[in-house]
Formats: sequence, C-alpha cells, structure tokens
Amino acid sequence: MELILAITIGVLFAVAAYLLLRRSIVKMILGIVVMSQAVNLLILTAAGLTSGAVPFVADGQTGLPSTAADPLPQALILTAIVISFGVLAFTLAMSLRADQTVGTDDLDAMKGTDE
Amino acid sequence: MDPLVSCLLAPFAAAIVCLLCWRWPAAHRAITVLGMGVFLAAAVRLFLAVDAEGVVAVNMGNWPAPFGITLVADLTAAIMVVVTAIIGIAVAVYSIADIDPRRVKFGYYIFLNLMLMGVTGAFLTGDIFNMFVWFEVMLISSFVLMTLGGERPQMEGAIKYVVLNLISSAFFLAACGILYGKTGTLNFADLAIRTKDMMQPELLTVTAMMFLVAFGLKAGIFPLFFWLPASYHTPPVAVSAIFAGLLTKVGVYALIRVFTLIFIGDTPFTHGLLLVLAGLTMVSGVLGAVSQFDFRRLLSFHIVSQIGYMILGLALFTQWALAGTVFYLFHHIIVKTNLYLISGITHRKTGTFDLKKMGGLYAAAPWLALLFFIPAMSLGGIPPLSGFFAKFAVVKASLMGDTMFPLGAPILAAIALAVGLLTLFSMTKIWNEAFWKAPSSRAEASPMSRSDRWLLYSPVVLLATLTVCIGLAPSFFFDIALRAADQLLNPDAYIQAVMRRN
Repeated sequence: MELILAITIGVLFAVAAYLLLRRSIVKMILGIVVMSQAVNLLILTAAGLTSGAVPFVADGQTGLPSTAADPLPQALILTAIVISFGVLAFTLAMSLRADQTVGTDDLDAMKGTDE
Repeated sequence: MDPLVSCLLAPFAAAIVCLLCWRWPAAHRAITVLGMGVFLAAAVRLFLAVDAEGVVAVNMGNWPAPFGITLVADLTAAIMVVVTAIIGIAVAVYSIADIDPRRVKFGYYIFLNLMLMGVTGAFLTGDIFNMFVWFEVMLISSFVLMTLGGERPQMEGAIKYVVLNLISSAFFLAACGILYGKTGTLNFADLAIRTKDMMQPELLTVTAMMFLVAFGLKAGIFPLFFWLPASYHTPPVAVSAIFAGLLTKVGVYALIRVFTLIFIGDTPFTHGLLLVLAGLTMVSGVLGAVSQFDFRRLLSFHIVSQIGYMILGLALFTQWALAGTVFYLFHHIIVKTNLYLISGITHRKTGTFDLKKMGGLYAAAPWLALLFFIPAMSLGGIPPLSGFFAKFAVVKASLMGDTMFPLGAPILAAIALAVGLLTLFSMTKIWNEAFWKAPSSRAEASPMSRSDRWLLYSPVVLLATLTVCIGLAPSFFFDIALRAADQLLNPDAYIQAVMRRN
C-alpha cells in the first residue's frame, strides 16, 4: 500500500512542479494547491499506514489501545489543510488584484520589479 | 505571567485591541506603539530570566513534554526576541509618519502586530510543527502587509514573494512529516535525544536537506534567494524595513536550531554543504548589489550577502563561529532596518529611490548623512562600529584552525574579507550618489511636517545609537553571544530544561 501511495505522491509532486513553472498565474496557484495535497499525503504515508481502530480513548481508560491508528499525523494533516485553504483564499484574491492592476494573467508581463 | 507567554501575548493583545477599535483607525497607532512598549518590557524580562537560569521552558496546557507543546527560550532565542521588540518599536513609530491613512484603515497595524507575534512564536517554540504554524502566521501577515495598497509594483513583487514562500512552507511540512515518521516525535529536545542514535543516519541527512531547502528559501541562501531582490523593494518603506530586518533572520534562526540540535550526526556533509553555500551566498549577493542603482534593491542584495556570513558561522560549528553568528544576527537586524528606514527618509527628501537621480543630501541634510554613515559603515565592517566585531568574529573563527574544515575555512575567510570590501564599495557608492554629488534638478521633495520629522528620525536615531553602543562595548555583547553559542553546541541544558518539566 505504501508503494502505491508513494508513487501517487511522486506523481502529484511532478504535476505540481510542472504547473508551478507555467506562465499563467492561475496555473501556478493550481500548482501550489496540488503541492499541498501531495505534502498532506506524504505526511500520512511517512507516519506509517496501519489499518488500526479509530484513535478514541474508551470509557474508563486512560490510554489508547495499541491497535489504534496514530492520531498525531491526522492532527498535523488537518492543521495543514486548514492553513493551506486559508492561504489559498488569500492567494486567489491577490491574483485577482494582480490581474486588475497589471491587466494580464501572464507572468512574463510582470518583470517590472526584476530589472 | 510567565515570561515566555507574555512575550507572545503583548503583540497579540495589541492586534486584538486594534481589531476591536476597527472603526477608529487613528487609535491603532497609539495602541501599537503602546503594545510594542509592553512587548519590549516582556522581552527584556525574558532575557533577564534566561540570563539567570540558562534555559527557560514552559509547557502549554500543562501537557508534559514531549507530548505537549513546550515554549523554550535559550539565550539565542531570548536575544532574538529582544531585537524583535526593538525593531517593532522602531518600525511602529516610523509607520505613523510613513503609512497613509487608507492602509491604516484596512488593518496595517493589526497585521504588523500579528506578524511580530508570529516571529516571536517561531523564536520561542520548542516543537517543530508548532514552528511551522508560527511560520505560517508570520507568512500570511507578511503577505497582507506586502499587498496592502494594491499598487502595481507591490502586486508584481507579491506574486513572486507569495509563491516562493508557499513552496518553502510545503517543503517544511513535508520534512516535518518525514522526520516524524522516522523518529516518532515533534519536540525539539526529544528529537535531539532520538536522532543521537538512529539506525540509518543517511535517511536523516535526506531530511536535513529538505529542511535546508525549506529554511534556505526563507533565509535567502544561494541559489534560493532570487525572490528577495524582486519583492523586498516594492511595499511601503516601513514594511520593507521590517521584512528586511526580521523575516530572513527567522529562517537563519530555524537553520541554527535545526543544524545544532537535530542534524549533528553527519556534520562533515551537512555543515560542509552549508560552508559552500555560505561562500556562494556571500559572493552572489554582493555581486548582485554592485550593479544596482535602486537604493532599496541594492540593500536587498546586501541582505543576501550578509546572510552568507551568518551561515558561515553556523557551518564552522565552533564556539567562536556560532558566537559570531549570534552577534551578527543581533547587529545586522538593527543595521539593515536602519538603512531601509533611512532610504525612506531620502525618498521623502528627493522623491525617488533611484540613486542616479538623487544627490546633494549632505548639503541639504548633514545630520541625515551622519545617520546614514553609521549603519552603512557598520555594514561594511569599519571599526569601532558593530559590524566590524561581527565580521571579525566570523573571520577569526574560520582561521582559528579547530574547525572541521582545515582546507575550506581559510578560503571562506578570504572570501568573507573580499565580500566585505565589495560591501564597503556599495555603501560608498550610495554615499557618493545620494549624499555627496551635486543635487539633481529632477528632485521633488514631499513636504515633511514637524511631527513627521520627529516620527521619521527618532527610530533612525535610536537604531544608530544602538549600533554605536554595541560597537563601543562589544565585549559585553560578545560574552553573551559566546554563552549562547556554548548553549547551542552543548544542548544538554536545553534538553534537560524541556524534558525535566514533567
């Protein structure tokens, strides 16, 4: 199972890298989105895949049963998803404003600050 | 209140009070300056506590380490928080005269406070994923500060800034995930313990390289720095100044933390790579600077070059070298912010940032020339200013002969000295173009009222005075840096302070 997920993560990173190198801002933002998804999947895979029980502490117990799945990477991924969705909302608004001020979606037209 | 938590709460409280007073933007300025004053007091209190006890730690929510999140301050972190507070006050006062009411109305001071909170959190946290979260807080606030106003150069710079920093965050997160998978913990102290005897240290080096890319993008090392000169000169001057002073140094601090605590198993490779990158960073930064004629763009390239010195200190990994890095951090933040603030004042006086169109400021404003002279010569490394002692420490550490790189270190020392010469050349170029030569007829000064003059000049005077004081009493500051470096090299005190808190 890890092999399938590892290949998937690799493919997603490749897609993200390709999109990030595009000329259009919208495609670049899509690249960032795909990259964050790939990283979330990477955290899940790297932390170890188990087919364990849901990590809830049962009534009267003080610890998780040893067959439970690890809750920490799930917490990390949730945090990462929320952060990336907030950042994506900002990035889309920013690209809209950039389109309005520069007049185009083309990154090659935005070299004014580079020379 | 706990000294660590109070440092985080001061800018946060200022941001919240500003949010509550959303309808009265005029109040934001006073609230922020007051908040920065409280922040400085909290930072000094934290520094005194760390000075007395060595390392100070507190568990959030009383969850025992390593299961909960611990806030830890050793000397390096405490020094960084104090400098952050000083810069916060300076920029907050400068912003009163620099930032137009429209930007203030849309939340400039709120995001300034939130960004400072994010920076402080990144310095004080003892958990690597928590550091990611604080990085994101700092990052998104900086995105807003960079784009607030919506002018075309801002948006162009912002696209590059945002995309590259988001890529850096993605790499950081991936590296955190892999590190957790290998070690089973996220707490710095626990990571230090568990990585000491790892079965397959090569895989750990791979993770170290991912962290190097992630933090290197933020810090601005070669070849990952090209977003910096493309974006740092576009927002308003106060924003430029605080970015230049703080944000790259958070990346350097993260590199120091990670490469002195966790990835110390394969130092010939990891720190050797850092050594090579430091040399390349110094050279590429300063060569980029010598061809520039835009004041702020020139300074942006210099940020990159000086980051190279700090990474050199980290790469050499001896007590003097790390002390040089810590001292350099302290000196450079103050000097860089000061130079950017001065560029804002010269912009007010001549209407442009282009050095070719400026001139005659020495005749028109001799005090401004003196105030420029101090940080410029400090950056160039002229005694008795702070930059000389910082450069001296790093170069001496390379030549001391007890490093891991008997062949490489003296070469880097030579490169460092040559780069210092070119830095001095850039500073004298600015001096010649902006201050010394005859005034250009195309200059249009914006009016500066009396209160404007007070608000713009007093932060510059404060920071210049600090530079002179550090230069006149370097042994006091360098002793603290040596103790900080000793703590970094022997992390047992850090680990004890965190793990003992159960």
